[in-house]
Amino acid sequence: MLTKRIIACMDVRDGQVVKGVQFQQLRHAGDPAALARRYNVEGIDEVVILDVTATLESRRALAQTIAAVAHEIFLPLTVGGGIRSEDDAAAAVDAGADKVSLNTAALANPGLITTLARRYGSQAVIVAIDAKRRAAGFGVYVRSGTADAARDAVEWAREAASRGAGEILLTSMDRDGTRAGFDCELTAAVADAVNIPVIASGGAGGLEHFAEVFTRGRADAALAASIFHYADTGVAELKRYLHARGIPVRLVGHWDLYEC
Amino acid sequence: MIALVDYGAGNLTSVKKALTSLGAEFMVPDAPHQCADAAGLIVPGVGHFAATAALDASWREAIAGAVGAGTPLLGICVGMQWLYEGSEEAPEVPGLGLVPGRCRRLRGDAARRLKIPHVGWNALEVVRGANPSGSPGEPPPHRAGVRGGDPGERLAPRESRLLRGIPSGAHVYFTHSYAAPVTADCVASTTHAEPFAAAVERDLVFGVQFHPEKSGDTGLRILRNFLGMCQC
Repeated sequence: MLTKRIIACMDVRDGQVVKGVQFQQLRHAGDPAALARRYNVEGIDEVVILDVTATLESRRALAQTIAAVAHEIFLPLTVGGGIRSEDDAAAAVDAGADKVSLNTAALANPGLITTLARRYGSQAVIVAIDAKRRAAGFGVYVRSGTADAARDAVEWAREAASRGAGEILLTSMDRDGTRAGFDCELTAAVADAVNIPVIASGGAGGLEHFAEVFTRGRADAALAASIFHYADTGVAELKRYLHARGIPVRLVGHWDLYEC
Repeated sequence: MIALVDYGAGNLTSVKKALTSLGAEFMVPDAPHQCADAAGLIVPGVGHFAATAALDASWREAIAGAVGAGTPLLGICVGMQWLYEGSEEAPEVPGLGLVPGRCRRLRGDAARRLKIPHVGWNALEVVRGANPSGSPGEPPPHRAGVRGGDPGERLAPRESRLLRGIPSGAHVYFTHSYAAPVTADCVASTTHAEPFAAAVERDLVFGVQFHPEKSGDTGLRILRNFLGMCQC
């Protein structure tokens, strides 16, 4: 059985990991390579690097940061932030990314999803959706959450999947950095609408939040940043907690059982 | 020296990085004849089976010839599928054919939310366990039977050298829509909507449907086991 994945996200700016609350008030959280090294040992299943200011400042994700992280981990690595063209995606892949995450560019040019899926396979193309609750349903925001895309999140997820996206990275802007728990209603609404994996993001604060989003939210993977960066919640502890509740996860640290 | 066969699809960066971390020297051959000098051959792969068409008859002969002369071969993902006779994904493109059988599209199961592609960490069910007395550093005892010939001449199935030290239940990272069926050469299966061959081993021919270079310590151990069989 496929396990539910626990993904560590590093929001990177100028080569350093930063973390904000509801997309604002960025503060430093450390060196990406050092964090990646720790995550690899603790049993994280995947790592995502998001160059959080790349779109605003028209910068490409820093190849150097990608390479430094890729050097530390033998796990799937996704890179997002500022990927606007096939060339930007190729630069990320050449630096060591296994998947690229498109956000603003996918909405501006949905054909890019298809182009990249044809070149690298759908499994390598993630469409990131920053969603916010509104009177009815969930809206989509772009440019690091600063601009209303005037789209419905569920409807856009469905279109992205039909254009060749391999996964949806769904961030609740309302919950981002609040540690109040994932938005399970948002996650379930999107997970029910598409036939590709949905990664829930935004709001992770405690172990129970992950159990909730994998059950009530029907997420395939859950992504968190700050709770892992500051080591409030150990990944191994989280995995054991989920395992004890019957949620399939990859457990690590059993190498003493392995015959060497 | 390991020869890492590049057929222009997918990305060799991750495999190179894993080999480097394991202390293996490798090169990417420009021409088929360079395969003959390698201590081991690796055919990686991400993408479409049709891309393996770049490995034309001259490459197939060189690779099969090296295996016949005693060089271990490891296929990863599409590289494993290529070890078989072919794949439903591109029926017109021949595989290497050193392992009998053809690869098929995986089935999903909407009711159980089992999606295609099969992406993520899944467990290995080890079919042929590790050989407790063997060492991955030992050269393989026999080289007969690899080039087809009389199937009766093949050795009896022995325990897996590739999966030495890997218990059932170990998780590895998959990303694929096609896979080989579970046959006599399968040493580990994995179940999505149905079981498929996660690892195959036939004399000196090895294949893994998952990505060992993306499977943490478990994957590195499997690569180390393969390198141990290469006399480099």
